[in-house]
Formats: sequence, structure tokens, C-alpha cells
Amino acid sequence: MASIKILLDKCTGCTLCVKACPFGAIHMADRKAVIDMAKCTLCGACAAACKFSAIELAKAGGPKKDLSAYKDVWVFCEQKKGVVQSISFELLGEGRKLADKLGVKLAAVLLGGGMEEVAEKLGERGADKVYLVDHPALKAYQDDPYTEVLVKLAEEYKPEVILCGATTIGRSLVSRVAIKIGAGLTADCTELDIDPKERLLLQTRPAFGGNIMATIITPNHRPQMATVRHKVMKEAPVQPGRQAEIVSKTYPEETFASRTRLLDIVEEIGATVNISEADIIVAGGRGMGGKENFPLLEELAKVLNGAVGASRSAVDADWIPYSHQVGQTGKTVVPKLYIACGISGQIQHLIGMQSSKVIVAINKDPDAPIFKVATYGIVGDVSEIVPALTREFKRVLNK
Amino acid sequence: MNIIVCIKQVPNTTDVRIDPVTNTLIRDGVESVINPFDAYAIEEAVRLKERCGGKVTALTMGPPQAENALKEAISLGCDEGILVSDRKFAGSDTWATSYTLAAAIKKIGDYDVILCGKQASDGDTAQVGPGISAHLDIPQVTYVKKIREIDEKTAKVERMTEEGYDVVETPLPCLLTVVKEINTPRMPSLKGLMRAKAAKPLKWTADDLEADPAALGLDGSPTRVVKIFTPETRKGGELISGSSAEVAKELAELLKGEVI
Repeated sequence: MASIKILLDKCTGCTLCVKACPFGAIHMADRKAVIDMAKCTLCGACAAACKFSAIELAKAGGPKKDLSAYKDVWVFCEQKKGVVQSISFELLGEGRKLADKLGVKLAAVLLGGGMEEVAEKLGERGADKVYLVDHPALKAYQDDPYTEVLVKLAEEYKPEVILCGATTIGRSLVSRVAIKIGAGLTADCTELDIDPKERLLLQTRPAFGGNIMATIITPNHRPQMATVRHKVMKEAPVQPGRQAEIVSKTYPEETFASRTRLLDIVEEIGATVNISEADIIVAGGRGMGGKENFPLLEELAKVLNGAVGASRSAVDADWIPYSHQVGQTGKTVVPKLYIACGISGQIQHLIGMQSSKVIVAINKDPDAPIFKVATYGIVGDVSEIVPALTREFKRVLNK
Repeated sequence: MNIIVCIKQVPNTTDVRIDPVTNTLIRDGVESVINPFDAYAIEEAVRLKERCGGKVTALTMGPPQAENALKEAISLGCDEGILVSDRKFAGSDTWATSYTLAAAIKKIGDYDVILCGKQASDGDTAQVGPGISAHLDIPQVTYVKKIREIDEKTAKVERMTEEGYDVVETPLPCLLTVVKEINTPRMPSLKGLMRAKAAKPLKWTADDLEADPAALGLDGSPTRVVKIFTPETRKGGELISGSSAEVAKELAELLKGEVI
């Protein structure tokens, strides 16, 4: 069984571990750290923080596995209706860097029906190889056949890293795959890097609603799998004419069997309203005063080619549907520009948008917490300022 | 119909604050609550019971005090609670957590539907629900926003997507993870509160489960935290003042080229 202990001869009583513990499980007694085992979750934060190697976190040692058979970086390329989603290009951009650091190939994995031409194009986005599984049953996402195919591919070709978008499809798929192939999986990474000596993927992600960041590794299992949210990584540039080797795989028919049946795909919202994809979001909160004022936000969003978001209170008041909600119980967004109109900035809302590149806050209360995270703040009445912004941006953008 | 709802006790995020001096999380006095997404799973489980008859079992893995989350679930209409708790589970990542919960579900044995919240508010991974269904090798539908039809053999549900929703039919037993849109959770009833007070949730340790010890806790977890740090906190920027037209002009100047 795994264990943790303080090496008393090395502990200097510096209290770094006490501060690092997210569970309040360490206190000092006689100037040495003491771990309260009832509270400790063996998360490793203290061992990572200790500068004196005084905390030993030990797993029951199995033999170290030979992981040398695993190589290459894979990107699962999500497609909908035959169109590769932009998150996949972002992952190919990041995957290229990781593959270069590891000195291995970058492979795109594409599942779909009638995707040959699309597969050919992935070389232009930096893939050296494309694993293509083309079958009518893979046209639209279904958990069973997608899981089965990705498991088979990973077992045969043994990638050392698999990246996937933290989308509805991605999260559902790789969570299942990781269990089946005994891989480590880290969700929502905001930064990826390589430890070249150990060939480890260093996966950094927010935890506790973004209050702390954790770097996570998968020391003794392969592949190392990670999901990444939209807009966090930079899209791979198009290199016209660049070609990838296409590896087209076929499997026996039963591989594509699905226990669930997809009866219908309903599209409710256009791409402009998909807030997780938008580069610019104009969001409204309780301070908008009522449903009748939301068209002001729509007009501004339209001029900026953006989408309309909302705080929970605006959604709860039925001013706008839930699919627009930003925050802890809604969506997490990372646009280039987030304009918060009449949003006070409760922590649950901030969790969902504080990684935006530029934040503009408009609120009549100068003490609203939203101003603490805003790049630019405007104290005033949204019903006057938002239309003024619409007019000004229209003029500046020649619309 | 036998329904299992998997829940997690998490720190109430409204209370999670950073100590401005030490830059660390203040956890003293932070209240523990049921993961907000699990509240929708509990409510849907109770509604399924009201619709089809049967029993709702709330299941959680955590420290001994997670029993309180089970009692709260009982106050909201669940029939019984099971706490899976053991030092041997400490250090579990999502692989080991879903393995342990799947082992507990196998011990419960007879189930038709397993409900989970779409993710937990402290870890935010959304990996444990699908992980459980993978360990049990049963079908799953994630991000369910409506159960349209259900009988003892199949369920027809709506799965939320980025663009709208899919209509999916799944055989039972199955695992569903649910989103906020699915319902509005009720408040506990007086009768429920009384039941919760008297309730004694079952407690299972690692020895009660048919589980490989090497697959539990930190030993069974492929991933490992190697560093924890406080992100650079965002600093408030400049305030722009003036008439509406003036601030609009200034803002457009500031944003032009950079983001628009």
C-alpha cells in the first residue's frame, strides 16, 4: 500500500508543505511537519513543494515497466459532419511541438465515414502520419465503436502520448479508452511540456476552480493521455502541399457495433452562439435589468463577430437559455475578448472566464468584484455604454 | 427499477479563498457540500423512482465525513446510502476512483440505471462517470439533459452537444451523466430530513470489495501530481471614464489591433 512520511532528519520546519497542502492535513509540532492521515489524500502537493526532499511519497513498488515500445504523439481529430473541428488543429499545433521535443512523429487519428480527402489534408497541419478508420458506423460519434477503434489502434501502434479536445465527444471517449488500455489521463490541461530525460509529458491543469495549478505526470503507464480545452493552444499553421503518410485501417464488422443507437442530431444554436468556440464574447448579467435589454448585447456581438454569454442569474431569470451560461455550472470559456456587461463577478462566474485574454467590465457598481479581473473597466450604465460601443465598433470596423 | 446515484462531497467553492499573505488556499471552516452537479443526478434518480417505482441507492467514496453527503441524499429522497471509505483508497486518481466505485456497484449487484453528475466541481475532470461504465462494460450516455422515455429494457435520452442535442437510445443497464438542464432539484422534505437523521449508511472498506489491491488508491493510479503552485492572479487594469461616446472611443482604440 502506498504511504507518505516525513523524513525528520531532513525536515527543517520551513512550513512550505503546510502552505502547499490543499487539504489542510499538515501542521507543525516541535518544528517538524506532521501529517494528519485522516485528512491526507496522498495528492503529493507537499512532496512537490518541499525543497529539502523531506517528504517521501511511496507507491507499493511494482517492477518498473519497459515503456520503450511506445512512441509517437497522437492527436485525436474530432470531426462533425465530415468537418474536422478547430480544436483538432489547435492540438496538432501543440502536438507538433511535443513530437519535436521527443524526436518522434506526430500522427493524426481520424475516425469517420467518407473521410479520405479530409485525411489527406491533415499533413498540411503538421501531421506526419494519419491513422484513418473509415466506416459508415463512424460518421457520427457513438461511444462504443469509437472507443473500440481507438483502443485497437492504441494497442497495435503504441503511441506514447494521445491528445484529445476537452469537448463533449472528447471527454466521453478518452475517459473510456484510458480505462480500457490502463493509461493515465489528465483533463483540461492548460500547458503541456516534455521532460526530455524521462520522456514524460508534463501536464499542467487548474484545480479547485482555478485557485491552484497542478502539474501531473504519468510515470509508469503508456500512453500518456491528456485533454485540452478549446482556445488554449494555438492552431497549427497551414503548410500548403505538405503531405502525411496515410495509414488506412480496416477492422472486422463487430468492431463497429454499438449498444446505443443515435436516433437524431438536433442543432439548436448556430456557430455564432457556441460560446466555447467564440473568439469574442459579450456577456450579460443581472445588471442588464431584464430580458428586453439582451438584444443590446446581441447587436454588439454581431458587430464584433462574437457570441452572447450570460451569468447564472441571467439564465435563472430566463432572460437567455442555459447554453449561453458561463461559469462553474455553465461553460468555461477562453476567448480573446470577454466583455462583461452588468455582471458583478461572483467567484463561480470568474472561474468560467478569468483566463480570457482581455476582459472588459461594464458595471455601475465601482466596487463590483469583476473589476478586480478586468483589463479595462468602465463604471456606468450598460444600457447607455453598450449601444455606444456598438456604434463605435461599427465605425472602426467599417460595418 | 434499481437506480444507483454516484455522488461526491466537495468543498463549497464559494468559500474557497486564497490567503492574500501566504497565497494559499484557506480551507479552515470551508463547508463541505454535495457536488452541485450531483444534485441534479439525485433529483433525476428520485424522479425515475417516482415514475417507474423501485429503489435509489446513493453511493460515495471518500473520508468518513462523506457520510453527511449520503444523509443529505437520503433527505432528498434516496432510499439508502453506501459509503466506500478506506485509507487504501487515498491518492486515487480518476482511474482508481472509477475502479473502486465500479467494484462497489458490482457488490450492489442488481441495478438498471447508474446516474452521475457530469463532473465534480473540485476536480472538474468529467472522467469518473465514463470510467465507471468502462470498468463495468455497460453502455453510457454523457451530458444527458432529458430522459424522454424509459422502461425496464431501454431508455431514450437527449445528450447535450456543443450545437444542440443528440437523441440516443440505450439498453439498460446503462450509466448516464446528467447536466443542469435536466431538472430543478427539490428542497428536502420534513419527512426526508427525519429519515436522514435516523439513517445509517452502509460502510464498505477495501476488504468488502472484490478488488485488486494493486489497482486501489495511489498504487492503482497511473497519474501523479508532481508540482502544485498558485497561478498568477489577474490584476485589475485601468478604469476608463468619460461620457458613453468617449469611453467607447477610448476602448475601441485600446482594443484595435490587439483583439479586434
